[in-house]
Amino acid sequence: MAAAGMGQQWVLVEMVQAFYEAPAYHLILEGILILWIIRLLFSKTYKLQERSDLTPKEKEELIEEWQPEPLVPPVPKDHPALNYNIVSGPPTHIITVNGKECINFASFNFLGLLDNEKVKSAAQASLKKYGVGTCGPRGFYGTFDVHLELEERLAKFMRTEEAIIYSYGFATIASAIPAYSKRGDIVFVDEAACFAIQKGLQASRSNIKLFKHNDMADLERLLKEQETEDQKNPRKARVTRRFIVVEGLYMNTGDVCPLPELIKLKYKYKVRIFLEESLSFGVLGEHGRGITEHFGINIDDIDLISANMENSLASIGGFCCGRSFIIDHQRLSGQGYCFSASLPPLLAAAAIEALNIMEDNPDIFQTLRAKCERIHKALQGISGLKVVGESFSPALHLQLEESCGSREDDVKLLKRVVDYCMDSGIALTQARYLEKEEKCLPPPSIRVVITVEQTEQELDKAASLLKEAVQSVLN
Amino acid sequence: LKNVNEMLNCTKFVNQIVHNGGLYKRPFNEAFEETPMLVAVLTYVGYGVLTLFGYLRDFMRQWKIEKCQNATERAEQKDFVPLYQDFENFYNRNLYTRIRDSWNRPICSVPGAKVDMMERVSHDYNWTFTYTGRVIKDIINMGSYNYLGFAQKAGTCQEAAAEVLSQYGAGVCSTRQEMGNLDKHEELEELVARFLGVESAMAYGMGFATNSMNIPALVGKGCLILSDELNHASLVLGARLSGATIRIFKHNNMQSLEKLLKDAIVHGQPRTRRPWKKILILVEGIYSMEGSIVRLPEVIALKKKYKSYLYLDEAHSIGALGPSGRGVVEYFGLSPEDVDVMMGTFTKSFGAAGGYIGGKKELIDYLRTYSHSAVYATSLSPPVVEQVITSMKCIMGEDGTTVGKARVQQLAENTRYFRRRLKEMGFIIYGNEDSPVVPLMLYMPGSNFTTTCHVLKIGLFVFSFYLYVKCIYVLKRS
Repeated sequence: MAAAGMGQQWVLVEMVQAFYEAPAYHLILEGILILWIIRLLFSKTYKLQERSDLTPKEKEELIEEWQPEPLVPPVPKDHPALNYNIVSGPPTHIITVNGKECINFASFNFLGLLDNEKVKSAAQASLKKYGVGTCGPRGFYGTFDVHLELEERLAKFMRTEEAIIYSYGFATIASAIPAYSKRGDIVFVDEAACFAIQKGLQASRSNIKLFKHNDMADLERLLKEQETEDQKNPRKARVTRRFIVVEGLYMNTGDVCPLPELIKLKYKYKVRIFLEESLSFGVLGEHGRGITEHFGINIDDIDLISANMENSLASIGGFCCGRSFIIDHQRLSGQGYCFSASLPPLLAAAAIEALNIMEDNPDIFQTLRAKCERIHKALQGISGLKVVGESFSPALHLQLEESCGSREDDVKLLKRVVDYCMDSGIALTQARYLEKEEKCLPPPSIRVVITVEQTEQELDKAASLLKEAVQSVLN
Repeated sequence: LKNVNEMLNCTKFVNQIVHNGGLYKRPFNEAFEETPMLVAVLTYVGYGVLTLFGYLRDFMRQWKIEKCQNATERAEQKDFVPLYQDFENFYNRNLYTRIRDSWNRPICSVPGAKVDMMERVSHDYNWTFTYTGRVIKDIINMGSYNYLGFAQKAGTCQEAAAEVLSQYGAGVCSTRQEMGNLDKHEELEELVARFLGVESAMAYGMGFATNSMNIPALVGKGCLILSDELNHASLVLGARLSGATIRIFKHNNMQSLEKLLKDAIVHGQPRTRRPWKKILILVEGIYSMEGSIVRLPEVIALKKKYKSYLYLDEAHSIGALGPSGRGVVEYFGLSPEDVDVMMGTFTKSFGAAGGYIGGKKELIDYLRTYSHSAVYATSLSPPVVEQVITSMKCIMGEDGTTVGKARVQQLAENTRYFRRRLKEMGFIIYGNEDSPVVPLMLYMPGSNFTTTCHVLKIGLFVFSFYLYVKCIYVLKRS
């Protein structure tokens, strides 16, 4: 210690000596440099923005001259999406559209629970107890015991540890994805993913890699490419999270994802799977638990299952379910959960009652699937239209076999088919998309939705009417 | 509570009273008192201590001295890239969990003036909760955003909603553009347009989604968004999703806004120098974090001078401000035509759910065609629509009674009385004199939690509170 102290002292003495022995110009130069540094440190920063060779008068002129675009461009009066169909009364099995009574083949009321008396009376009881709104987000006295009960029931039904509910179906997957996947993470998503998934991915700012619809070879190729990238930079690879986002039953194409192969890829390349089951919840599987039950896969193999309650459960809102490790995170990071008012209790009570009905009547799923098969077969023979979707999918698309030339003309043609059917008592609709915003825009199509309430005669009538309509319009 | 207040012996005051001649027709009193130095220092010290303890506990957990109680990854997936970064969860594990009991408190009655709460206890320091089964009854509710008291379990609103529920059912099962446009929705939109005094309006199923799905439809690349510092998460998300350039101006500061506008028009887009396609200013009517009201006359004057467009989010101010509850535009005596896009929600003053946008007919026609929500998201549920229709008619006086008007006036009186009394007692209150959102500053992390527990034990009050980025805890009253 003493020697080190001595060493330090020596350095100090040397420094002072050098100071005295230095020539004057050297000291002056160093002094000027130090003063210059101090001046630079304290002078105002040089902002590029403010550097302007313009005088105030010129600035005024520029402000006068600038003309912005109108806030919105004008929309032509006959735009197909501008004139909505007006439904008077409830959108149930028999629906009154634009004053005409039709059989409903357009609402996603798969299990017919929209006008079920038990569901309505459960909602009425809740209305009498809680009123309509919750007046607050979940964190601030917007959590009601019905919400907690619904979450428990959903978790039990899907056989997962925990579930979390959102007050809007679209916001469910659009808030779930950005809660886990951040800038720098990689997400492999199917091309036919629905718009809500696309918005969730956009909000997450992650790297998006699209693979061809249901093409596992293409996905494997992308995963292999990523693996070689990782080997170049293992440090970055250790902190980059990877996800695969797929839908159970695709809204845009009506087919299922090959889940067993995906699980194999998951463990081979260490990627997490997020499954969007809005159409397959309450439709596929022996008890309606969705695609995991359909394929017989252990539900813990899927990291997150998200679905909305607006199709089979005929309520409003959505939920995510999975292990607590994953779901609990959304309670602080899910934007649509933390910053939005909670689901009105009457809708939560309606969903609970709908779940009760689903659990008590497990044979409705088989009935629904049989009806889907029936109409799928019946629609096969129509010349001019092709059926897009699996035989057991309750939401089918009918696309034109040959396009007219432009998308606009196709849309007009399909509109004439739809109008013909509506005039004869079958309510159909075209599948609507935002043409400029979709990543991979599907071709124009007519959406056909099958529900358990439709009788076999009605299914046959719909099929024959469609045949007639196409023949009369195309000729 | 008294001890804390004696410590808050502040003398500095930042009070802004503006009587800007022609622009403001009424006095505009906002106050944001500066934090006393001692309190600020103690707050930061408190946080420092909490962080140190957090590291200590993490250390103990890592070395298995303490049991790790939060959920963990599956054994089969242990070699996957970790889902959460260590520091993201630090806050959650060590700070948030200690006081987790103050949030997400479940209630089991209508969120009216008095509310019943389910009692819950934790035997392991807030890691898990169990419900004792007991219900704490009749707590005075100062935490729900039920400004006009329309969240009721009996009365005309509830009866009308019950009627519609039995006729239409709870769900809709389709989007607006496909088969989800009910006659009820058309009725609601026509009523909202009349209420606001605009040409046309459109309603959506969720207030948050109204912002995040319509701002991208209005602006895109090549446009400029000028957003207030303290805007809500939905506005920030909508602005980000649109792809436009975003510039932030200081909260309610008109000089900052004017400077940004001037610079934007004079210099154009960065690097290319091309002129901006359009400029959109995003402001809120009442900011729920600060309790301040936007300086709308000045914003409108600026907007007209610089030819930009104004998007006003009235989530908290619709129904709560103005002599007849028409919102912040009426409060300042301005014309609704000056605001290009009037957005609001039905959740707070109308006791329902959902949001709306009102404006000129071209705007609403455009939104009907191109809004993300109209194409891909389910429409509003019919009983919720009926609740909005009935409560809105009540506020407008169209149901034949003066109940609505009386409620709006009572809210204004309650607000002024409550704020005056709290100030007299010596609390620091932020925000505008007329804003029904009252942030009451407590500052130190420790005192917050004990306050909540203490007042709940007395059985009188139920507060809501949340954490602030600048390390200040806040109690709110609605």
